[in-house]
Amino acid sequence: MESGDLAWVLVSAALVLFMTPGLALFYGGMDRGRNVLNMLMMNFYCLLVVPVLWVIAGFSLAQTPFDNGFIGNFDSFFLKDITVAGDGGALATVAFLGMFAVITPALISGAVADRMKFSAWALFVPIWLFLVFVPVFKWVYGGWLFDRGSIDFAGGTAIHVNAGIAALAAVMVLGARKSDPSPPHSLPLVMIGTGILWFGWFGFNAGSALAANGQAAQAFMNTFLAAAAAGLAWMFVEWKRDGHPTTLGAASGVVAGLVAITPAAGYVSGPAPVVIGLVAGIICCYAVRLKKKFGYDDALDVVGVHFVGGLVGSLLIGFFANPSFFDADFDEGIFYGGGGKLLVEQLIANVAAIVWSFVITYLIMVVLKKTIGVRVNAEAEANGLDLSEHGETAYHSGS
Amino acid sequence: MKLITAVVKPFKLDDVKESLKAAGVVGITVTEVKGFGRQGGHTETYRGAEYKIDFLPKVKLEILADAPDVDRIVDVISAAANTGKIGDGKIWITDVETVIRVRTGETGASAI
Repeated sequence: MESGDLAWVLVSAALVLFMTPGLALFYGGMDRGRNVLNMLMMNFYCLLVVPVLWVIAGFSLAQTPFDNGFIGNFDSFFLKDITVAGDGGALATVAFLGMFAVITPALISGAVADRMKFSAWALFVPIWLFLVFVPVFKWVYGGWLFDRGSIDFAGGTAIHVNAGIAALAAVMVLGARKSDPSPPHSLPLVMIGTGILWFGWFGFNAGSALAANGQAAQAFMNTFLAAAAAGLAWMFVEWKRDGHPTTLGAASGVVAGLVAITPAAGYVSGPAPVVIGLVAGIICCYAVRLKKKFGYDDALDVVGVHFVGGLVGSLLIGFFANPSFFDADFDEGIFYGGGGKLLVEQLIANVAAIVWSFVITYLIMVVLKKTIGVRVNAEAEANGLDLSEHGETAYHSGS
Repeated sequence: MKLITAVVKPFKLDDVKESLKAAGVVGITVTEVKGFGRQGGHTETYRGAEYKIDFLPKVKLEILADAPDVDRIVDVISAAANTGKIGDGKIWITDVETVIRVRTGETGASAI
């Protein structure tokens, strides 16, 4: 890796790390005031436990070449074959990808908010990391889905679809909250969290070029545009439909746009990011209402924003992928003369990730439910998880 | 001695305070409260889901007054807090047995 590339990857890794606290605030502000610390801690817990597991075996199993196409091996156990000889590019890549491993399970926390035992979450994250994140990551980046020709620039399938469908499986086992949903307790926190996420997402997407080059610059611009377009779309849909342009709608749209452009960031150009953003903003704005129709309690809309947004972006690659613009070797989308081949591969990749993630996550949750239990008791749920799980209170009056 | 309690719209607090000071009132106690009256609540929409907000924010003022001053103070509050729209609030008056100033131990009207 050239020194310029190395510098950009290291900076990007730090930017991606910052997304998890951003996500914590985005979710925490939407949550109730009596559960905000629990929400922040579910996210910070991922920042504590995943890096250690990633270095021990996560990276090795997710990335080392192993010709079965399904899972890596233990050649990089505790990073034993990763050296800094030459330039440190390999080590920087391990760190960069580790940040993705941190935020992926963290995304699920928004769905299980307000009722999941922290002890169950503490076990869920490591188990899920190895049984779901690692294999799906391997399939998408160097495994059988990659070999078939599907593409996923920064983690639409491997991260957002994966975590989004896992969120659905998790809440199906966990069950609905006992009290009625309440409005966000702090929209200013949501807006700060959104700003941090957007900022960090430049590292997430543009850093995924793993180089400081033209593809990184285009991914940066796409991240900029898709988020803006999706925020606009969601804001205007709500304005027309519900009567007001809301802060939560604008923030939700920005995140939906960021999710949708993630798989496409290094493969599309021109007006494509704006179109992808607008489509994702509109679809996700309606998708968050599906939970009422289907009766699952995805507290903070992880399914409607991350699963749906990730799927929309990943499938739209099948239309907008433009390899000649990047002078790169991947299939053309339908709009660039590639026919439907890439779209079919995108569909296969997402179906594979959805089936694996849903089934395994469901089983993990069932096992946890039958052993240690996954829900706090009714009294703890009523009084708030900040107190029952952490012995703390976020907001003291008169202090 | 009387306790005048007034619940008014939060944005009227400054007007009420200035009018009371101009009328010679030397102390008020203010509490942020929530409640509903005939105005009822309102609806907020988040991500397309409607939430009924029953309790609206109001400000409660408490003023201790000597009986002869009560009518004048009530008039001042009424005038300053009035917008003519529903939800302007209420004022009520209760008897107070005595008042004690903590610092000096004075009681009755001289403690007001």
